[in-house]
Amino acid sequence: MKIEAINLKKKFGNKYAVNNISFVIPENETIGLLGPNGCGKTTTIGMMLGLIKPSSGMIKIDDQDINRVERVKILEKVNFASPYIELPKRLTVRQNLEVFGKLYGIENLEKRIIEIAQDLDLRNFLEKKTGELSSGQKNRVSLAKSLLNKPRLLLLDEPTASLDPDIGDFVRSYIDTYKKINKVTILLASHNMSEVERLCSDILMLKEGKIVDKGSSKFLIKKHGRNNLEETFLKIARGSNEMA
Amino acid sequence: MRWHKIYALSLRHIYLIKSSFPRILDLIYWPTIQIFLWGFISKFFTLSSSYYNNTVGVILSAAILYDFLFRSSISYNMMFLEEIWSRNFTNLFIAPIKISEIIAALTFTAIIRTLIGMVPAAIIAIPLFGVSIFKIGAPLIFLLVCLYLFGVTLGLIVTAGLIRFGPSFENIAWASLFFLAPLGCIYYPIDILPDWLQFLANGLPLVHIFEEMRNILINDTFIISSIFTAFIISLIYFVLGVIIFYIAYFGARERGTLINMGE
Repeated sequence: MKIEAINLKKKFGNKYAVNNISFVIPENETIGLLGPNGCGKTTTIGMMLGLIKPSSGMIKIDDQDINRVERVKILEKVNFASPYIELPKRLTVRQNLEVFGKLYGIENLEKRIIEIAQDLDLRNFLEKKTGELSSGQKNRVSLAKSLLNKPRLLLLDEPTASLDPDIGDFVRSYIDTYKKINKVTILLASHNMSEVERLCSDILMLKEGKIVDKGSSKFLIKKHGRNNLEETFLKIARGSNEMA
Repeated sequence: MRWHKIYALSLRHIYLIKSSFPRILDLIYWPTIQIFLWGFISKFFTLSSSYYNNTVGVILSAAILYDFLFRSSISYNMMFLEEIWSRNFTNLFIAPIKISEIIAALTFTAIIRTLIGMVPAAIIAIPLFGVSIFKIGAPLIFLLVCLYLFGVTLGLIVTAGLIRFGPSFENIAWASLFFLAPLGCIYYPIDILPDWLQFLANGLPLVHIFEEMRNILINDTFIISSIFTAFIISLIYFVLGVIIFYIAYFGARERGTLINMGE
């Protein structure tokens, strides 16, 4: 899926959470969305998911304005994972995957659940209640839910936040492998620089609702004369808002 | 409307009910307590009141029907609150399910929760107080349909408030039914109310439902036009409830609360 944001704005009260941003994510590419807290990453993702109505501008998926296409048709091909949303805690992992599998209208659901459980190493706790899992296990279950429908557009909001390095690496490796095998366009919002460097072909730097820079991690590091992406991020986050 | 989507969302709540015995117990507990409380009050009035002295259990029947309304509404709200409490709210709204299917799934699942609580309570009343709401006969089905429709409508309106204003609207969810109870003429005839309140009360289906219930139990007659009036009024409120729900949904998209909803 090709995603395009055109002059996208979202105003809450008197403040612009997203202020006139435009970008294109080519089909099957992974783009990183970097920026300090409150810079508009989640609002941008919310608008792409149809959860937030833009104040102005347009989002196109495969050249179609998402406001003119039936919402459900798009959502069948999209999914989202974030540590800030959870699955019902009192349901077992299998029950949760079953409910969402049915909501996404997945055929051969049982087979798909076994497949994804195997991939993400969930088999040993499929019958366990989701609320009883560790945060690393919950995170993998959330990821499983987000990949259940084999989305063609995957939106990830800090997918490895609060995970230990081992589990974080497992999740990153899985996403890396998954996107190589499957046709999927990914928008990854993260504060983890190595994650963004590893997974994303290009980065959008967001600050106070505006895109202040964009390009590959190598390009941005070189352009700003820094040693790594973290230093580049700090320079941009603490600098002026003008496109460098 | 796609039935497999409605089934999927209902399944989430059925799994939840099945997974927790205390939850089932809680569903049964409150209606049963109501039956005990109103059973004894009813017994007292039956012995002391000239209005009720020929009709054992009018008040108790009213209590059972009122609780049916209360449970329908609360069940609806509870299912939505469960999504907020479990932080699953966003997952629900990014799933490929239409708003009309969410409403349908909650409406169908609410009846399961309501019946789990009400059936044991209604059955307990038979040996304990010699009162059976089933004595109302076939019209009971129509009364229950009207009550359910109105209960679900109240649930829809409160749920719309939860979407629009967030979890802080929760207290309204619990209090919603008590706002209407005095006007609903559940335990007393409409004549008790002052004229100007009677005018307002007639705009609620509750008055017509409970007046008809008393009419059936006391006079042993059935006025179909009362049931029809109650049904039409309930239906109008239901349509209004659906419209309010949609307005709240679009308002929440505007305000961004669908992605930030939490405890």
